[in-house]
Amino acid sequence: MVSPKIDEATGTETKGHEWDGIEELDTPLPLWWLLTFYACIAFALGYVVVYPAIPLLNKGTEGIWGWTARGELAKDTVSAERQHGPLLSALAATPIESLLSNPQLMQQAVAGGKAAYLVNCVQCHGTGAGGSKGYPNLNDDDWLWGGDLKTLETTIVHGIRSPDDTATRVSLMPSFGRDAMLTSTQVGEVANHVLSLSGKAQANAAGSVTFANNCAACHGPAGKGLRQFGAPNLTDAIWLYGSSKTDVTASIHAAHAGVMPAWGARLDAVTIKMLAAYVHSLGGGEAFAPVPEAAASAAPAAPVAPGKTR
Amino acid sequence: MNKPGPVATGLYQKREGVFPSKIDGKFRRIKWAVMLVTLGIYYITPWLRWDRGPYAPDQAVLIDLEHRRFYIFAIEIWPQEFYFVAGLLIMAGIGLFLVTSAVGRAWCGYACPQTVWTDLFQHVDRLIDGDRNAQIRLKNAPWGLTKSARRLFKWTIYLAISFATGGAWIFYFADAPTLQREFWTGNAASVAYATVGVLTFTTFWFGGFMREQVCIYMCPWPRIQSAMLDEKSLLVTYKDWRGEPRASIKKSEKAPDKFGDCVDCNQCVAVCPTGIDIREGPQIGCITCALCIDACDRVMAQVGRPRGLIDYATLEDSVSEKAGNPPTSHMKLIWHPRTLFYLGVWSAIGFGLLFALGTRQHIDLAVQKDRNPPFMLMSNGEVRNAWTVKLKNMEGRPRPMTVSLEGLKGGVMWSDTMSRDDAARHLSLLVPADTTMPVRIYVVSPADVEEQDFTFVLTATDKEGGGDRAEAHFAAPENDDD
Repeated sequence: MVSPKIDEATGTETKGHEWDGIEELDTPLPLWWLLTFYACIAFALGYVVVYPAIPLLNKGTEGIWGWTARGELAKDTVSAERQHGPLLSALAATPIESLLSNPQLMQQAVAGGKAAYLVNCVQCHGTGAGGSKGYPNLNDDDWLWGGDLKTLETTIVHGIRSPDDTATRVSLMPSFGRDAMLTSTQVGEVANHVLSLSGKAQANAAGSVTFANNCAACHGPAGKGLRQFGAPNLTDAIWLYGSSKTDVTASIHAAHAGVMPAWGARLDAVTIKMLAAYVHSLGGGEAFAPVPEAAASAAPAAPVAPGKTR
Repeated sequence: MNKPGPVATGLYQKREGVFPSKIDGKFRRIKWAVMLVTLGIYYITPWLRWDRGPYAPDQAVLIDLEHRRFYIFAIEIWPQEFYFVAGLLIMAGIGLFLVTSAVGRAWCGYACPQTVWTDLFQHVDRLIDGDRNAQIRLKNAPWGLTKSARRLFKWTIYLAISFATGGAWIFYFADAPTLQREFWTGNAASVAYATVGVLTFTTFWFGGFMREQVCIYMCPWPRIQSAMLDEKSLLVTYKDWRGEPRASIKKSEKAPDKFGDCVDCNQCVAVCPTGIDIREGPQIGCITCALCIDACDRVMAQVGRPRGLIDYATLEDSVSEKAGNPPTSHMKLIWHPRTLFYLGVWSAIGFGLLFALGTRQHIDLAVQKDRNPPFMLMSNGEVRNAWTVKLKNMEGRPRPMTVSLEGLKGGVMWSDTMSRDDAARHLSLLVPADTTMPVRIYVVSPADVEEQDFTFVLTATDKEGGGDRAEAHFAAPENDDD
């Protein structure tokens, strides 16, 4: 090896190469820097040994500490559950009827219900619970089956026309047109009558008679609906399947029968309680006041233990 | 530079030990004063009290991360006002430029914590091991019982100082007396112990062992400063035209005409806390602490030559003095245009911040509309919109406030803790002290309402009054009936 070239100005060795007269000094590192560098190498080696590090064909090395991201998540989940434990047991111990008299618990239930809602309910009812055509809006004050906490809970547990729940809420409106129970003229007349109830069309005598004979049984003589049968109020501004003449005619011709799953089989009782609280909090929640329809719907089929529907 | 530098012999450059000897003089006294003031500020500040009433802590300077408040005497800063803190940081940055422009690396030499603590630790060295020569002797002595005991004793003192340093830091972040009690009884938050641990270690390591290496290898500021220094910057300068060629007193007395004023006593090197030789010219290792000026002045006085062989001077000054002109006054040096420019920017930001602080509102209204769904048709045809309305009360007492609707004919509102039946155009609320209170508000408007803009108006109903307004948009279904 050639003897090292010493830079005159600094007295430091050079690397021996040069570009256009510019040479590189081989300035030695300070000791602490070098030690830090070695320490980093040692750390990296240690890391490779104790943590998963080297990718192999099917899976990577596991590391002797057995750390996994999945295990970390499980640990976090357990600690989060432990943290929520008191709240959950308080909720489990509180009958849903008395939830409103405990504002703090109600607030926590609403927060928990919102989280559960965003996982389970948004697919149909929308992130803001605004619903869409055929999927009820949960913010308004119009309820097919009732809007107090207990009724909401029952609806969530058993679902609506849910085929796998014997206690589910069932109501079937006949398809008056399709099944030839009414002529298409009569269907049109009834549609006009229905729209006239909320001032959207002229009243007509023929439609009124047909309504009284065919529809009043469920929707009531004045069309105010009946929550016992989940029959909608036809006099208000809320139209689940649309308020145009065409929409209403179509509904009478071939009835809609929306389905909501029974959540009692999928979610635990506390989660459902929280969901009911959340829906109740959206602005249309009703008190347990003796609204006649609500009182009637509070006694649906045989009570079933929440969470066990079969 | 003709003397041979260090030649690399291995993978690394061994650190040359620095054993600055004791010195007294004008600049040493300034350093003492600065150390006293800076350490005093650091240790005493968290213990100052400041009465803010029953709803806020009474610590004069408190960075309350838990409750997201900064308290600096009469000033209270909320997280959304973080621009005040950003402004202070910008001022600190420009302040460094300003100081560099005015007096060179004075920050490095006098006020930088690394300098202050290194200085402190070097005093400990002299106290335990003796002055420079004794320290060198001890360093070169073989490890034995005496040396080990001495080292252990010294490092214990290092550790005590470091612990006091790290320990004081945490008191800025919680009520100092309470935290102190909790700290000693083992009840403080683990983050407090961790912080003290980390800061104790870094102080011990950086102040006790790394010292000038932090300035030379780790700190970015000297590098930035190198770019900021120019021929008008005040530097500690060895006046080589006066000192060279240097010779011992004996030699120069024999032939006074042949030699300069420097008697090559090496005192300037001996006192240097970063271990450089200032006679080699300006260099990155020089933090301009001016201790070599003190050392040289003493020697010059002893040998009966004028002081200032090493002195604060600019490069321009040096050239002019070399040509035989009298030195420029320091005051004139300090006030040159660049310094004035920095001073202008610095004060402009400062006054801007003060103005903003003085005129800021202590009451605020922010409204956030529910966007999903944007509006809600009620069964009776009314239209409902929902807002989260945030009422901010920065005063240290609860305040009664009223939120009212301006515009939106026929509209009424109620909050989620009220009944729909109590809906009105005004809501009266009590906003707790020093709090932002979110209220969920439903606004309902009669059927067939058109979508339109309106205003939420916040009014404080106590005798101080004040208020705020927030524009809002009421969404409604399109009327397709007509």
